Amino acid sequence: MEANKKAKRTDRIMTWIFVAVAGFFLLLLAGFALLVIGRGLAGFEPYMLSFSREGIGNQLFNTLYLVVLSLLVSVPFGIATGVYLAEYAKPGRMTNFLGICIETLSSLPSIVVGLFGYLVFIVLVGAKWNLASGALAVSILNLPLIATTTKDAMLSMPKGYRMGSMGLGATHWQTIRRVLLPACMPRILTGIILAAGRVFGEAAALLYTAGMSTDINWSNWDLSSPTCPLNPFRPGETLALHIWASRTEAIGADSAQIANFSSAVLLILVFTFSIGARIIGHRMERKTGGK
Amino acid sequence: MKSKFEVSKLNLHYGQFHALKDVSLSIFPHEVTALIGPSGCGKSTFLKTLNRMNDLEDGVTIDGSVLLDGKDIFKDMDAISLRQRVGMVFQQPNPFPKSIYENVAYGPRLQGIRSKVKLDEIVENALRGAAIWDEVKDRLKKNAMGLSGGQQQRLCIARALAAGPDVLLMDEPTSALDPISTSKIEELCAQLKKDYTIVMVTHNMQQAARISDRTAFFLLGEVVEYSDTDQMFSMPKDKRTEDYITGRFG
Repeated sequence: MEANKKAKRTDRIMTWIFVAVAGFFLLLLAGFALLVIGRGLAGFEPYMLSFSREGIGNQLFNTLYLVVLSLLVSVPFGIATGVYLAEYAKPGRMTNFLGICIETLSSLPSIVVGLFGYLVFIVLVGAKWNLASGALAVSILNLPLIATTTKDAMLSMPKGYRMGSMGLGATHWQTIRRVLLPACMPRILTGIILAAGRVFGEAAALLYTAGMSTDINWSNWDLSSPTCPLNPFRPGETLALHIWASRTEAIGADSAQIANFSSAVLLILVFTFSIGARIIGHRMERKTGGK
Repeated sequence: MKSKFEVSKLNLHYGQFHALKDVSLSIFPHEVTALIGPSGCGKSTFLKTLNRMNDLEDGVTIDGSVLLDGKDIFKDMDAISLRQRVGMVFQQPNPFPKSIYENVAYGPRLQGIRSKVKLDEIVENALRGAAIWDEVKDRLKKNAMGLSGGQQQRLCIARALAAGPDVLLMDEPTSALDPISTSKIEELCAQLKKDYTIVMVTHNMQQAARISDRTAFFLLGEVVEYSDTDQMFSMPKDKRTEDYITGRFG
């Protein structure tokens, strides 16, 4: 009896501890978000949202555009890599080595990736700073994340799916394409959200690739022109870089407020994106997972 | 009677392990053939040879011949078209995480059938054939994972039927199901053998006695005895068969 009592008391204490820890971090996060958003909105002036030299409209657009560009690269290559690792690579030394390479790639410091991107995509190609090379540089950071989530999701699929499909006369590829990948999609989507979140906030890898300037002419839709908004080969400063630049290099009187406001906008952007993607993920899960 | 499958001198190795030893037997159309024997005796391995699902495992070597309607399944047929003719139902119900309709339409779609009218017809016939149509006809678009275990297994039978096979292989199809679902599947087998040839692995001796026409008793990779079910269960020829079916081992 004494032992039971003791076990119950320990159980209660442990529960409190975990609730307290979780609560602490929730408060920390809420406080942090409120502080950033509050301070950002406090100094808000309408011109800050404009698409002019002073406003951050262009940077906001660049950020979104860069996310799209980088996902265009990292999603197909990441999923293909994950599928290869899970389905085609023969287990052995070579595959293990490849796995280690991919893990290493994802933990490279982003400034190193940025300098690598600068050397390869800018210097070697002989280009000026541009969004496409920025997108490629951050794709190096993202690709492992998407590849690993895809691989893990594929490997976690019940053997019955594969057997059922092959037993009906499907080929290996038909099984992957029509059964396994669709069943993995909600989990792969989680990987993509994490990857996109990283692009939103990335600064160091873009410093020497996407560049620190932005010059967009919103009435120019000639894709080859360096001021066309959709030209991926123009320089494009993102919000994260703009925050950094406003805080360190800018000399304008209100650059601190601009930095605060940009931070708030960036935070809201990331929240909106994650929540939106999560809703889509849940819908998909309900469609594929039953109930 | 002309046999559906003619198996002769079949030997199968998993690496060094000799899993099937000189297995020779004929499986007849429009009958239920039961494969019984203790765990690890090779009955499932034998079943999986009939539609070459063993090809998917590493380190399997096979020699001997298996003829399906007179054609060698290893030499004269490719595994894909073989599996379209010889469908399989597994021990664990394994519907895909898709709608009921999409599960059944999977096989026909693989074979390139696109027409909605045609698919609707195949899906309905297959679901009727598997005696589950009435239970699911109002929720074809719902996910198959929401069905009960017994319904899922009948859906898997429908999915196999929709691919248009003439043989159905069943690997202990009721061992994960409750008694009521089990008897539904057994009744279904009695229906299905009118149009199909059924080969079923079972752990359950009563089940073999109830529904099969012929029974093969496997032990340590060999077929000890293969005969009419009635005869085997009333007057087994081999002492080992008698010991097994009277529950002395296994």
